[in-house]
Amino acid sequence: MSTTRERILGRLRSVPSADVAAPAVDAWYASQEDDDASARVGKLTAALEASHAEVHHCASRDWSSVVLRIAEEKSLRTLLVGAGTPHGEALRRQNDSGNATKSDLQIVDYAASFETWRERLFENIDAGLSVAHSAIAETGSLILWTGPSEPRLLSLVPPVHFVLLDVDRIHATLYAAMQTERWSAGLPTNVLLVSGPSKTADIQQTLAYGAHGPRELVVILRHADGGAS
Amino acid sequence: MSQTVHFHSAKEFADRTRAAVGNPAHRRSFRGAMDFLQAKRAAQFPDPQAFENLRTLGEAIRRYSLAHLPDLLERLEARLTANGFHVHWAETAEDANAIALDIARRIEARHVIKGKSMVSEEVGFNHAMEAAGIEALESDMGEYIVQLAGETPSHIIMPAIHKTKQEIATLFAERIPGVDYTEDVDELIRIGRQVLRRKFLAADIGLSGVNFAVAETGTLCLVENEGNGRMCTTVPRIHIAITGIEKVVEKLEHVPPLYSLLTRSATGQAVTTYLNLISGPRRSGELDGPEEVHLILVDNGRSRAYADEQMRATLQCIRCGACMNHCPVYARIGGHAYGTTYPGPIGAIVSPHLLGLESTYPLAFASTLCGACGEVCPVRIPIPELLVRLRNEAQALPTANAPVRGRGAARRMLPSAVWRGWAFVYGHLKTYRLVSWLLSRGRALSPANQGAWTASRTPLVPAPKRLRDLLKEHSR
Repeated sequence: MSTTRERILGRLRSVPSADVAAPAVDAWYASQEDDDASARVGKLTAALEASHAEVHHCASRDWSSVVLRIAEEKSLRTLLVGAGTPHGEALRRQNDSGNATKSDLQIVDYAASFETWRERLFENIDAGLSVAHSAIAETGSLILWTGPSEPRLLSLVPPVHFVLLDVDRIHATLYAAMQTERWSAGLPTNVLLVSGPSKTADIQQTLAYGAHGPRELVVILRHADGGAS
Repeated sequence: MSQTVHFHSAKEFADRTRAAVGNPAHRRSFRGAMDFLQAKRAAQFPDPQAFENLRTLGEAIRRYSLAHLPDLLERLEARLTANGFHVHWAETAEDANAIALDIARRIEARHVIKGKSMVSEEVGFNHAMEAAGIEALESDMGEYIVQLAGETPSHIIMPAIHKTKQEIATLFAERIPGVDYTEDVDELIRIGRQVLRRKFLAADIGLSGVNFAVAETGTLCLVENEGNGRMCTTVPRIHIAITGIEKVVEKLEHVPPLYSLLTRSATGQAVTTYLNLISGPRRSGELDGPEEVHLILVDNGRSRAYADEQMRATLQCIRCGACMNHCPVYARIGGHAYGTTYPGPIGAIVSPHLLGLESTYPLAFASTLCGACGEVCPVRIPIPELLVRLRNEAQALPTANAPVRGRGAARRMLPSAVWRGWAFVYGHLKTYRLVSWLLSRGRALSPANQGAWTASRTPLVPAPKRLRDLLKEHSR
């Protein structure tokens, strides 16, 4: 097996190496227009909506009631959250606090290995709630860093996907996100960019949503100083 | 169930072409799809200068990556291994399948679920699995449809581009138990989703391709819209990624420009729904993701193309399919006529390296050399120049260590003799004068049947007076 490796590398090395300059990625991005923070919020919102996502703006303190209201409007029965996460706990408290119109929504923790409850995850979970690590204005992309509190399938299997995003986490471009957050210094096992609900145009170029992942993507943009809803 | 023939010899290329051109429904499907994709791409690049600047960058990244290919592959392997991946090297298609089969046998796998991977098509992965009694099921909607029909993809990005929704409706009703005929696209997709969700859960192995492999971080990047790629790389116990050795880039920062060029050139999208960056199997504490991740690095003729400075440009390809979407020949004959895994202009320049010129040389001639493919290529592969080069290779004298396998495959005695004669006549002034005089005087003897030329044109007849004779008269 290693001989195959040596043979392939040997053939590649037998070629005189060409002197090619390193690509000037930094210079190219520096030449692009730079947006201020509010322009980035606007671009992100427009791009997400163009990709068939719902975007809701709210004040940071109000996010849980916004999520619960949307969940009720969509008649969701189960909402999956990362186990032991602050946002999961906050949402559960808000849900249990029960105003007059007590919702039927059940907040479910993603608390065990996927293998132990795969059927339920695939069949009986209506929605998942993620917290975006950051986002990209240019393309309307949400960046998810997966891990124990943000499992990979939380954002893929349930038909409706909620994502919480703080507006101060929006970068201009993917390149800016990588550089600012120093991705090359270390990444989780799985980083995901999500730019809309799952879709396909494989049948006669007709766009259809909910191909294999979520049919709906609901983005809750949290403004620290209380943006409009 | 799946197509077992992965390559049709070029001998029948002309027949398949004739059949495709003579099928009006097929012509309409492709014309419609090409117009759609061209318009969507054009809308993504409204400013020609901005496009040129970005593709200069894309080309620079690809050329830089290739210039350092052996080093980058070694770095990639080291980083991936440190991240917990298993890295395998495959010299041929058979090697690649044998590696995958070893993994499958070790865990007694019965079912493999596949995300989109052209390299798996290239090596005939499905066939190899089925021969070993293992089901290999495509999960990309287009690939699933094509596999259900027992066909192969006709386009690298839109595999079922040749099928109408009526054909797909019939196919689903016939092949999927309990499904009624419906032409509703949302409903058809919902049916596919239902069937395939069960398959993701049943699969022992998920197979995927790779769009970019990043050496510095040991990261595999997968680009998709449907989410089936994420399913394949997350749900089954084992994930096997298969890719060509040319897909490696040095740094993470090299990905954003290529990703942007890829999605905009391929389907005219500013971005795809998902970009999936995988830097390791499930770690302790994580609740999902595969226990093992394998990467199979496939050579299959690539290192040979690499050795030739001009041919190396074929390895710059990021598999967007823009060249086929803009090719007047592809638009008319469709993907299947080519008979190769990769159709269209890129197929014509890549396939000879994978399969040899013996069986693939007609593809290089199936071009008007209009240059559209070269103009839209997001990494500036000089496709028309490479087509001409391959035409020359196909007709050159065969040599032992030719840069392309099967050099001289198109060489024929009579045309070679004619051209040698032509070269002699044009290289010797007196002979030239004599021959041209004889031809102009003997023009009445010109044959009416001049082979392929007269099949659709009037015969060539020398002028009654040579140019030099006319000039002589004129100067008198």
